[in-house]
This record gives sequence, structure tokens and C-alpha cells, in this order.
Amino acid sequence: MAEIDLRTVTGGDRPELRDVVQKDLHEDEILVNMGPQHPSTHGVLRVVLRLSGETIVDAYPDIGYLHRGVEKIAEGWTYPQFIPMTDRLDYVAAISNELTYVLGVEKLMGLEVPPRAAYIRVLMAELQRVASHLVWLGAFGGDMGALTVFLYCFREREKILDLFEMATGARLTYSYMRIGGVRNDLPPGFVEKTRDFIKLMRERLKEYDALFTGNRIFEARTKGIGPLSAEWAIALSAAGPTLRGSGVAYDVRRAEPYLVYDKLDFEVPVGKNGDTYDRYICRIKEMHESLKIIEQCLDALPDGEVMAKVPKVIKPPEGEIYAMTEAPRGATGVYIVSNGTGNPYRLHWRAPTFANLQLIPDTVRGFKIADAVMIMGSFDVVLGEVDR
Amino acid sequence: MAALADTWQALLDWYFALPTAILVPIAGLLKVLAVFGWIVINVLILIWLERKFSGRLQSRLGPMRVGRPHGWAQTLADTIKLLVKEDIIPRGVDRWLYVIAPAVVFTPALLVWAVVPFTKNWIVSDLNVALIYVAAAGSLAVLGIFMSGWGSNNKWSLLGAMRAAAQIISYEVPSVLSLMGVVMIAGSLSLQGIVAAQHRVWFIFLQPLGFIIYLISTMAELNRTPFDLTEAESELVAGFNTEYSGLRWAFFFLGEYANLLAASAIAATVFLGGWSGPFLPGIVWFVLKTYFFVILIMWIKWTMPRIRIDQMMEVGWKFLIPAALVNIAITGLVLLVV
Repeated sequence: MAEIDLRTVTGGDRPELRDVVQKDLHEDEILVNMGPQHPSTHGVLRVVLRLSGETIVDAYPDIGYLHRGVEKIAEGWTYPQFIPMTDRLDYVAAISNELTYVLGVEKLMGLEVPPRAAYIRVLMAELQRVASHLVWLGAFGGDMGALTVFLYCFREREKILDLFEMATGARLTYSYMRIGGVRNDLPPGFVEKTRDFIKLMRERLKEYDALFTGNRIFEARTKGIGPLSAEWAIALSAAGPTLRGSGVAYDVRRAEPYLVYDKLDFEVPVGKNGDTYDRYICRIKEMHESLKIIEQCLDALPDGEVMAKVPKVIKPPEGEIYAMTEAPRGATGVYIVSNGTGNPYRLHWRAPTFANLQLIPDTVRGFKIADAVMIMGSFDVVLGEVDR
Repeated sequence: MAALADTWQALLDWYFALPTAILVPIAGLLKVLAVFGWIVINVLILIWLERKFSGRLQSRLGPMRVGRPHGWAQTLADTIKLLVKEDIIPRGVDRWLYVIAPAVVFTPALLVWAVVPFTKNWIVSDLNVALIYVAAAGSLAVLGIFMSGWGSNNKWSLLGAMRAAAQIISYEVPSVLSLMGVVMIAGSLSLQGIVAAQHRVWFIFLQPLGFIIYLISTMAELNRTPFDLTEAESELVAGFNTEYSGLRWAFFFLGEYANLLAASAIAATVFLGGWSGPFLPGIVWFVLKTYFFVILIMWIKWTMPRIRIDQMMEVGWKFLIPAALVNIAITGLVLLVV
């Protein structure tokens, strides 16, 4: 007779967590470790689930499996040295992280980037948003057992990565942004290829719609699942599509425009019920909006330099600064304290999915395991950014 | 050539001259071997087919390297790999259950083939209660799944096993009920009898509702997406077979595909007229129709997202079973009037 110990979770628990998860454990309930190697926690998120049958009584996220001490590393490195490190935070949307960081340093130094660089940055950030949402959509489909969508999304993402490779030389960790501009100008043919991609992508988005949006199973699996009220989302400082899915029309690109976003015409899609379906719809609509922005950038792309005049050794004046951008996962911020030397005195990263991750226990409570996978998927957590 | 034919004839003469007590077991053994060979060869083809088919659906090529053209030897290579893998029995499992579970899952798939007519004369046994037998044999697999889930000493496996028990038992009911309409028209439970009853029109046209119910509940019994809840990768890691590897895991895999093949063959026999068809020999029709269902089920699998466990129970009990009962009532009324 096998003896399954249903009432503990193994894995060298910290006493704090162990005591919390086992507190008042009802005799009908079991404890299950979801992660850190579970196929659908997307990385190394660990969630201890307290189950009654298949229904989730409570969930306790446990993070830190990908902690690399990035914020501390920043203190020992010079300002430009830290740019590649930002790529490794939210590795699904590396460009957006770089952008946040360089904007912070530029703000600290009072540096203006040339207009062409500003447009290229927006262009890249929006391409990255589409790529990132594609990864999300594919993984979301995978969470639901629709593996074909995963392959379709990665097929399109491949095109974006090709564009990135063309412009930056890299496919995942680009190190393309520089303090004062971007590393190099767009290569010849980039604009045309991007236009081709936009045309293709619009067609393909229709395909995804056909596969998902009208699908009865898909709607049964997402509508009304993991509802998140606007008040609660704001209270826990949720960000990005997770926040907007709950009906809060907050987008940093609109609320505090940076670069050239105030000159661009785009909408901020919001949901109504704040359920998994609304978060999905928000991201799909955001892809459409991003394509619109990319098109406008390509049309308005001015000529000129892509780098401002920057001193050889970057030593921002003493002071502290907070800069924020709208990354694919939401408002990403960087807080830099400078003491006038070549390295930051202190750097803090505001990760949107760190905030979104806090929503997990409240949203999954009372739902089934299968729903929990979908709800966590709909928050689009990237552990590189959460654990830092 | 003539010598070979003579030898063959001599062998046959010798064989039929044997006393019945020896002849019958040998004949039985030969039939078992033939069916086993048929299943193994088909599973090899099916696995390759599934990979190529899903590959094409997902705009990729599928296996291309091992065996040219089109990676035909990929399954063989994988089989060898699985055979030579280390046999791991995790600490803390219930050894007895853990070890025999794969065989228990695989055997029912083998049993079903005892009554499936390949052609007019090729049938292991034309049982007069064949459909009942098929249903009974088919529902045995859940025992093996539950044993593996329980014996693995893994919570995810246990959850998968619980799901399997709920799922397969609830879908067995509509699956059997949906076949009753066919039985009422054919007036026979024997599969040969059902094939014979379709000489004018296939039952898929007389029993469209029954066919749809059978297709859905069969997919549920086969644990294929949208009903692959028992091994739902994204939810339960790998469900009941999480702790299995190597040869034992291969047996689960073999069982899954053998079941797919068996269910398709039953569907082809009951709803598409089995081996009967013009021009071509019976076996060709049988294989074509069976593979039609195989491809249909694969197609659905690679398109649909997965349904949730409680939603699945709802579909089974609140929709499929009432619909199947209505189907039986309508069939009865029509038969009464006509």
C-alpha cells in the first residue's frame, strides 16, 4: 500500500512558509506543490496549493528561485555596463527593460535623445510588445492544452526576432539601447521588412481570433474565471493588461508620456469584468494598437543622428530619480540613486509582474486547478523580473 | 515456387490433422499473435502519423531526420531508446500496482480486437454479444490508470487517477447508449451482423445523433484533447503517468494508441459499414475507414483547447446521456412506425 503524504509539501521549506501552509489544515484538504518545475508556472514560480478535491482552498506563492541579485550587481557596475543586465530581468521583453533603464539614467543626467533615436526606441519597444504578447498567447494556449496556437505564435514571433536580429544583432538579449540614444541606426531594408510584417501580422491576428475568440471551449474556460475588481487591482498596484482588463484605463504611455508617445495616435483597450477572458482580449487589442504605433513610427521616422552627445565616462550628478515606462507586462519602473560617481549608489527595479503575482491567492481561491493554471497564465508572470 | 506451395500445403495438412485439443490452442495463439502484430505495426505507423500530421497542422515538418523520406524510422528509433532506458521504480511506490498498471492499461486495447471484423472472414471470434463485450473490455483500462495513479505515490498522479475514474466511468454510459440505436436497427449485437445490416445504407446516416455522441464520448474515453484531463500536461504535470519512464511508460503510450485504433475500428465498423465497400478488397476499406476516424480524432486533438473537469462532467451527464436516451426513443418510435 502506497502511503502518499498528502498533508505536507517537501522541498526544504522555510519555516515561515511551512507553518503558514499547514495552519488549520482541514482533514479533507491536501497540500500540493505546484512548481518550481511544474510545466505551466512558466519558469520557476512555486505555488503551494491547498486543495479540497480539485478546488483550491488557498494558494501560497513562493518566489526567489531565480534571484540573482541584479539590483545589488548594479551598485558595483558602471551605468553603461548595467544595460545588458536589464535584458535579463524580463527576458521576454528585453528591449522594454533597457528602455526603462536608459530613460532613468537620461532623466538623471538631463539628457535629450535625438528625435530619430526616440522614434526608433518607440518602434522597437512596440515590436517587443507584440513579440512578448505572442509568447504570452502561445503559452496561454499551451496552458489550455491548445498546443497548436503555441507554434503559430512562435512562428510570428520568429519574424519579429528576425527584425531584431537585423537591427541589433541579437535575438533575445539585445543591448540595443544606449544612454543617449540607440547603438546603431536601422539597417537598410528594415523599414520595408517591418511594413511587410505588419501586413502579415494583421492577417495572422484574424487567425488567432478564429481559433480562440469564438471557441465555445475557450470561452467556457476563460469567461468569469479569476475575476479581479478594479479596486482590488489598484490596491495591489497591478499593472499592464492585468490592470486594464479590470477596467482601469491606466497606461504609462498615456498617463505620463515619454519619448514620442504624446505625438502618436493609439487607444488603450480596457476590459469590463476583469476576468481571464478580458485580460486575453486586452492583450489581443494591444497587439493591434502596437501595430498601429509601429506604422506611425515608420511613417514619421525623421532623419538625423541616433546618439546624443554623451561624455565618455557617464557620471550623473548627485540625486535620485524614478522613471517609468509601459512594458508589455505593465508599468516598469527604475529608481536610481546617484552619488555623483560612475556607479549607481542604489538601484531599485519596479517589476510589474511582481505586483501582479500578489493577486494569485485572491483570484484563484475557489476555482479548480485547471482554472488556476489559466489565471496565473493570464497574469503573464516572468520570474526573471519577479526574482531579479 | 511450386516447391514452396507444396511445403505450405504439407504444413497445412499436418496442422489440420492434429488432434483438436492441440489444434485449438495453437490456432488461438496464432490469432493472438496476428492481432498483436497488427496492433504493434499500426501503432508504429500511428505515432509517426500523429507527429507528421500535427507537424503539418502547426506549420512545421515533424520528424525528418531518422529514415528518409520523411523520418519514417523515427518511431523505431524512439522505441529502441525507450527499451534501453534505465528502469526506474521510484522509492515509496506501491511496487505491485506500479509494475502491473501499464499492462492492465494495454490489455483491454488488445481484448477489443477479438471481435473486430477485418473482412468477411477475417475475424478472431464473431461473438454474438460483441458490442457489450467491447464496452466491457474498453472500460477495464480505467483500472490500470487508477492503479498507476494510486501506486505512484505522487499527488499529481493521484489527481489524474481520480479524474480518469470520474471521466471514463461517466463517458462509458453515453458511449454504450449511443450504440443502442444501431443495435435496435441492426437487430444484432454481433459486429458482423451490424456490418451486414449496413449493406444498403451506413448507420452514420440513420443515426447521426448517435454517431456524434459516440464520437465525443469515445474521445473522452481515449483521453484525447479536448478531454485529455487525466494527463493534462499543463495542469497535472503528466497526470497518472508522471512517475513512469522507459518501457513502462512506453506501454502506456502503446495502450493509448492501441485504444485509439480500436475505437476508430469500432466506429468504422458500426457507423461506416466496416469492411464492406465496392471494388476494393474488404481489408482496404476497413483500414481506410479506420484511419479516417484516426485522422478525425487527431485533427480535433490538435485544434481544440482542453475542457475543464466539471464542465466535462456536465457535458457527459447533462447533455450526452439525455441526448442518447432521446436518440434511443426516436429510433424506437421510427422502428415501430416503419
